[in-house]
Formats: sequence, structure tokens, C-alpha cells
Amino acid sequence: MLTKRIIPCLDVKGGRVVKGVSFVNLRDAGDPVEIAKAYDEQGADELTFLDITASHEERGIILDVVRRTAEQVFMPLTVGGGIKVIDDIRNLLLAGADKVSINTTAVHDPEFIKAASLRFGSQCIVVAIDAKRVVAHDPDFKPPLTWADDPKYQSLFLTNSEPKTQNSKLHWEVYTHGGRKPMGIDAVAWAKKMEEYGAGEILLTSMNQDGQKTGYDLELTRAVAEAVTIPVIASGGVGNLEHIYEGFTKGKADAALAASIFHFKEYTIRQAKEYLKERGVPVRL
Amino acid sequence: MIAIIDYGMGNLRSVQKGFERMGHEAVVTRDAETILSASKVVLPGVGAFPDCMRNLREYGLVDVVQASINSGKPFLGICLGLQLLFTESEEFGISKGLDIIKGRVVRFKGPEFTDLKIPHMGWNSISIKRRAPALQDVPDNSNFYFVHSFHVVPEDKGVIATTTNYGFDFVSSIWKDNIFAAQFHPEKSQALGLSILKRFGEQKG
Repeated sequence: MLTKRIIPCLDVKGGRVVKGVSFVNLRDAGDPVEIAKAYDEQGADELTFLDITASHEERGIILDVVRRTAEQVFMPLTVGGGIKVIDDIRNLLLAGADKVSINTTAVHDPEFIKAASLRFGSQCIVVAIDAKRVVAHDPDFKPPLTWADDPKYQSLFLTNSEPKTQNSKLHWEVYTHGGRKPMGIDAVAWAKKMEEYGAGEILLTSMNQDGQKTGYDLELTRAVAEAVTIPVIASGGVGNLEHIYEGFTKGKADAALAASIFHFKEYTIRQAKEYLKERGVPVRL
Repeated sequence: MIAIIDYGMGNLRSVQKGFERMGHEAVVTRDAETILSASKVVLPGVGAFPDCMRNLREYGLVDVVQASINSGKPFLGICLGLQLLFTESEEFGISKGLDIIKGRVVRFKGPEFTDLKIPHMGWNSISIKRRAPALQDVPDNSNFYFVHSFHVVPEDKGVIATTTNYGFDFVSSIWKDNIFAAQFHPEKSQALGLSILKRFGEQKG
């Protein structure tokens, strides 16, 4: 039986893990390779590196991190952040990444996902979606996108979905730039479009829940998981093990991504898996 | 020395690193002479079946793979390297494979028939039907990492080494004479995966 995956996520900047990780006594507390090894020993199912390096000049650093990690850790490795051109993907895969996660570039150029999945195979193209609940949507909002007027994409926009009242169906809006820029795109429609264009997996982060430690946005997770036939990774908001359990059961996610609860030693990955197993969720122990 | 056939598809470095970690020397190469003189040969691969076959032909590697298998030296196929050994695949129409193992490569039945996600991605268990030498340290029902949308259907059920359940039992590895080929990725399956590379590397031709 296919098991549910637990994926720790590490934010990497300038070759160092930031946001702090305190679960293991390391001489070099911010070394991504050492932390990756520790998660490997705990039985993580995959690892995700998010490269939050701002400047273009530092792009080479993540390649070195990936290269050094791939020499030590024999499990699937996903790298996201700053991917703009096909060669960025190629370089990451050659360095030892198994998948790449693409967010902003997909939003600005949906065809990029088509080209990337044709070139490298859907299995290594993860589309990351940052979504926020729509409370009130301005119908005159003009999405900052060159393809905003292209007729074939009109059904993606919130402006064209039904008016929102208190009792209407929930909607979520796609954001880019770490959740700062709204795009006017309906997150569920976007996920389906990305599947159609060849994405092999969706990494779905709730911008409302991220950092709150009150659980995933289960309605968002479920809405996307039921809309697409590719695997969905739930992200944003995990504060305890019950939240992960709910992400799989109520949210119907295929994998759970979490950062701080593992980084700060609140739980080990093994504890999370034992908790899930006791409650009937298939996991690899 | 182990030759890992490089036909321009996928991340071959992790396969090489896996062997090295287990103390086996391995080279990534598309040079016919190097492959033919190696003691063991690995056909890895990710990507689309027709692209991989085209690359194998372009690099003149079809005969080299055939000759390696005929020579009786241990041969390991991984993921697409399993599928390519078959007669044909239905990925993007019908594509001819190497036809070393009789049978077809077919797509998992999608959401129109099941509620299973495609690709089959993640850790799933293998049920051992015949214990190939490379599987000697692997307990029955161990988990391995899979990522694929197509699976093999051999004509001769006698070649099946393991099966895996994803809505139904599909063939997750085959073992025939000197060939062991797996749908899952030993190089991505942590310690048990590495044990397969270790045991494969120890086999005598």
C-alpha cells in the first residue's frame, strides 16, 4: 500500500539553513547537509530545500548544497526557489535534485511548466501554490500578468467566478513573492491548469495558516486534492501531530510538509509516523 | 567495475554515489567499449519511454545493452531501465522497446476508474515472489521509493521477482537469468535501497 509521506522543509539562504533548527547538536547548526542527514536518520520520506537566496549571484551556492547533500542522503530531494529558466532546472537535477518546485515563474509564464515537464518529465516538476482565502474580491483588480487578457486563461480568474456571499463556496487566491503579491487567480482552477500543463505534484501552502501553528487550511487542501489527480503536499500551519493527521484524513493530502515542529525538536519524524500509524494512516516506519 | 549507462536521461549521479557508498567502483558512461568491458552494467533512467529509446538508438547503445545482457554479466535496470527491456510501451502511442523481456508497458488506470493518484509517487511495499540475489538483505514487505505512471506486464509470469499493490498488484521487479530490474529506485530508498546496490555489486558474472 502506498504510504503517506512526511517531508521536512529547510529554508536555505546563502548555503545555510535559516529560521533556525535546534533538534540536533551540531557544531555547524546551520549546515543543510548535516540537518539533511539527521532527518534521513529519523526516517523522513523526502526532503525539500527552499532556496530563499535573494540575489542572482548567489544562485550557484544552492547547487553546491544539493551536490553535497546528494552524496550523503539517499532519498528524494526537492529544491524550490528562484527557478526562472529551463537551465536552472537542468542544473539542479544534474547537481542531484530529484524534483524542482516552481511558483512565481509558473504564474508569470504558465507555458514554462509545459516546457519543463516535456523536457524533464512530469515526475520532477512540482508546482508550488501559495493561496490565501478570498474575503472580498475587487472586481476591478487587474492581475499584473502579461497573459491576463488571453482568452484561454479567463476561467482561471476570480473575477469570473461566482460572486462571493457568506454562503457561497469558499475561494482562495494565488499569491506570489512569498505571499505578498495577489494575482487574482483562483487557486483550485490554477492547480487544475498546472496538472493539465504537466505538473507531477502540487505543493500547496496556505498563506493564512503559515506560521500560525493551528493546522493546515483543511478546506483548501481538500478542495485542491479533490480537483486534481496528481499528488498534493499540504503545507502551512502544522503545530502538532493531530494537524498532520487531519491533513491526511480531512484534507485528503498525499504528503505533509512541515518545518518548525521538526526543527525545534517538538516531535521527531518517527513520533509523527507512530502517531499516524496508531490512527490507521499508512506510513513507512 | 560497474558501468552506468548514460543516455542523456535523468540523474545518474545518485546511482553512482549509491554504489560508491557501498564500496563499489562505478562509472557513468556512454562509451561502448567501457560498457562492454565492465563487469556489471546498469541501465537507469527517468523520463518518457520514446525519448529514452530514441536516445539509446542515437548513441548506438541498443546493441551494447543487448550484448551486455547476452554476455551473462549481472545487469540491473532501474525504473525506465526496467520498462525499456520490454517489447513495447503504450506511452505516447505505441513505442517499440528493446524486446529482451516479452511483454508490455501500460499506464495505470487513472481517475476515470479509480481514486488513485497518478503518478504513483512515494514509498510503497514490495511482496517478494522470487528472491533475486540483489534482494538478499531485503525483508518481505519492505518499502521502496516509486515514481512512475506506467508499469510492466510480462508475458511470462515466471520472471516476476516482486509485486506491489496500488489498487491491484503490479509487477515491481523482474529477475531473469543475469537480469534484475526494478520499477522502484534503490538509489532513493535509503538503507534498504543501498543494500540492493551493494548485493548487485558483489555478484559474480
